Amino acid sequence: MNAMALALETRSLCKSFGALTVAEGINFRLESGARHALIGPNGAGKTTLVNMLTGVLAPSSGQVILCGEDVTKVAQAARVKRGLGRTFQINALFRRLPVLDNVALAVAERRGVAHRMLRSAHAHDEVRDESMELLATLGLTSEASQRVLDLPYGKQRLVEIAIALGLKPKVLLLDEPAAGVPSLESGRILEVLDNLPKDIAILIIEHDMDLVFRFARRITVLVQGEVLIEGGPEEIANDRRVHQVYLGEQRHV
Amino acid sequence: MSAHAGGYSADPRIRWIEWLPWVVALCAFFVLPEYLSLGARILIYILYALSLDLIVGYAGIVTLGHSAYFGLGAYVAGILAAKAGITDPLVQLVAAAAAGAALGITTGAIILRTKALTLLMLTLAITSVLLEIANKATDLTGGADGLSGVVIAPVLGLFKFDIFGKTAYLYCFVVLLLGWWLVRKVIYSPFGTALTGLRENTLRMHAIGAPVYWRLVLVYTVSATLAGIAGGLLTQTNQFVGLNVLSFESAGELLVMLILGGVGRLYGAFIGPLVYLIAQDMLAKQFPEYWYFGIGTMLVLVVMFARGGILGIVDGILVRLRRKT
Amino acid sequence: MEAFLASTVSVAFHGVALGMILYVISVGLSVTMGLMGFANLAHGVFALAGGYILTTSISRFGVPFPLALVLAFVIVGAGSVVLERLLYSRLYNASDLEQVLFTIGLIFIAVAVARFIYGTLQQPVYLPDYLKGQFSLLGRDFPAYRVFIIVFSAVTVGLLWFSIERTRWGAMVRAAVDNRAMAQAVGINTRRLFTLTFALGSGLAGLGGGLGAEIIAIQPTYPFENLVYFLVVVAVGGLGSLRGPFVAALLIGIADTSCKYWLPQYGAFPIYVATIGILLWRPMGLFGRHA
Repeated sequence: MNAMALALETRSLCKSFGALTVAEGINFRLESGARHALIGPNGAGKTTLVNMLTGVLAPSSGQVILCGEDVTKVAQAARVKRGLGRTFQINALFRRLPVLDNVALAVAERRGVAHRMLRSAHAHDEVRDESMELLATLGLTSEASQRVLDLPYGKQRLVEIAIALGLKPKVLLLDEPAAGVPSLESGRILEVLDNLPKDIAILIIEHDMDLVFRFARRITVLVQGEVLIEGGPEEIANDRRVHQVYLGEQRHV
Repeated sequence: MSAHAGGYSADPRIRWIEWLPWVVALCAFFVLPEYLSLGARILIYILYALSLDLIVGYAGIVTLGHSAYFGLGAYVAGILAAKAGITDPLVQLVAAAAAGAALGITTGAIILRTKALTLLMLTLAITSVLLEIANKATDLTGGADGLSGVVIAPVLGLFKFDIFGKTAYLYCFVVLLLGWWLVRKVIYSPFGTALTGLRENTLRMHAIGAPVYWRLVLVYTVSATLAGIAGGLLTQTNQFVGLNVLSFESAGELLVMLILGGVGRLYGAFIGPLVYLIAQDMLAKQFPEYWYFGIGTMLVLVVMFARGGILGIVDGILVRLRRKT
Repeated sequence: MEAFLASTVSVAFHGVALGMILYVISVGLSVTMGLMGFANLAHGVFALAGGYILTTSISRFGVPFPLALVLAFVIVGAGSVVLERLLYSRLYNASDLEQVLFTIGLIFIAVAVARFIYGTLQQPVYLPDYLKGQFSLLGRDFPAYRVFIIVFSAVTVGLLWFSIERTRWGAMVRAAVDNRAMAQAVGINTRRLFTLTFALGSGLAGLGGGLGAEIIAIQPTYPFENLVYFLVVVAVGGLGSLRGPFVAALLIGIADTSCKYWLPQYGAFPIYVATIGILLWRPMGLFGRHA
């Protein structure tokens, strides 16, 4: 396999907190343009893995490779600059700021103008225009000047995704994007996920199996810090061990 | 509607109401000549409060050690004037600014790696270090007696510092105007918005690739520079500098002024010192024990019931008025 | 050489006495901050109150010394419950800035009240006769009262550590410091726990303030002047920790006494510089738990 086609890769990634091992020998590969899902029971170590991928948590051993470069020792913000974006399971938004500003902050960082002190933010048309375009693709145009905390939860979740998209990432990690969203509003999120640019590699962590089987072309199952199995949706759906792990889950064919 | 200035949607042009404080200040010059020294003090503390608001209100760094930069600026200006014979006020002011900047960047780079209590503790420790030095290096600083004999030459060789405080007032006015212009530019800039982002959700700022630490060091340095300038102005207008510029009580008082006016609101730094210093002038001399009791009570009440300060209360009233129409 | 040794022992001795007092006062602050996440900068007010209660009850009301100590502990502890229920508890979820401002406000109020009632001078300390004079140990003479301070504090500290390790209350405190949400989830009544622990910590501060009145002068500006010391003990020792601040307090007590004795021209300068150094090396304190 051509190494450059790998957007994100981990090699023997391990993490222990003292005697407690939360990740063991994880070899994970995310191809460019991938639509990949990471599933597993609670406590399997999914969020720990994401935190190691993004640089929030340092692994005990192993490597994280982003677009062919070893970023294991690289800090979170620097990984973002190299094309890694993420959303959070619990919204991490600038709640008291308007929706536009939330996205504009990310766009400005990417464009390298966020440090400017003497020209007004308002005058940066390129940042505003790009942010408004992005909001339009997510159906948030009319909410642009509202404060995030005044929005319903489903729309807030969309802003969460918008901020990550504003970074024009090459790799996007979505941590339970539909979590907590009332079913009425989750349709919008599914639409957005379907329409994401085809060249971005996307890893989605989810518990909602409908979403997973609808969205993912490859699925990795994580159990107790180790990869149980990885494969296409049918393979996973029919695997006996996966059924055992998710006792009581409906079959998806 | 966000009460905070700045952001990508905000129109940066100066609204007519923003000229009001300056009009008032100039009127005061002509109409209240007996109060010019109080006036100059208010102008200086507005600059000082603006510098603190940049880091407390905008960047969200809670510090009790801002008086370190104010005090350093004050002493540098004083020592240059009284001990080194450098009497040109603009040179003194530049030196005070440079000292503030130097201390700001070095201490900022060190302490901004920490947060919350550790950071607060370090700010206190740094101020304590300066206070000890000022106390003990009596040859240079006059120790507990303070430094007198501060000589100030005419500004630009033309405007002599008169005993009525006219020159001092206008001098402080101009410096404050420049400082305000700078702070306002920063607040309305992308950097200012990023600062607000830092305050609102530091985690997210990391996750969008912002170099959080360096941004904080930068704003901290700018803030320390302004505080140093304010300190220098104080020495120049009083022609004296004492240990109280470095005391915790005065650091606490500055926070009171800021919270009174409204934190994170550009003009909170204007209203707070104005109200506080005028009230102090009128009341504190009569009833000094009651004054601190009143300030303490007010602080507790503001935190519990009126967190936005005076501007917050004004906002609330405006919102209610708008609802009625 | 003999003289140097003698002064070293003396400095160490006085340093330990100071350190014990600092610990008794500050331990409540450490536990409160670890337990409630609340930065109570006004903690020195409780120590000050204890000092005033002790000196006033002895000089004005002729209360015997042991009873005065008990009064300092009890009255300050009880008073703090009122403050906690009425004011502090509303701010547990407030921002750092608001907590700092609130506690500074309390300091201003306390300082003003103290000045109003007692004036600005230091309170004189009247010790009972049996604690005056010198105490002979290993051929050296030590001030009896300082020996008493060390012994009494050690006993108090021992009782405190025993309670935390062995009692049910102590187990609840340790659990809640470790993980507040989890403690609530297993049914610990955190509100009552907070109030009780706050009262105990404040009472100890009052006790320490009264006990140490001879070493740390009781005057209105006490909470401002000594704030740095209490915070240094907690920050260097590590929030929420019991042993950490003990070591920190002893280190600071000895370091401060040594510096003031051998390098008086530098004052407390070396302590602050050392604090800065330690906190940069270990931001969580020498024994702190990671946040």
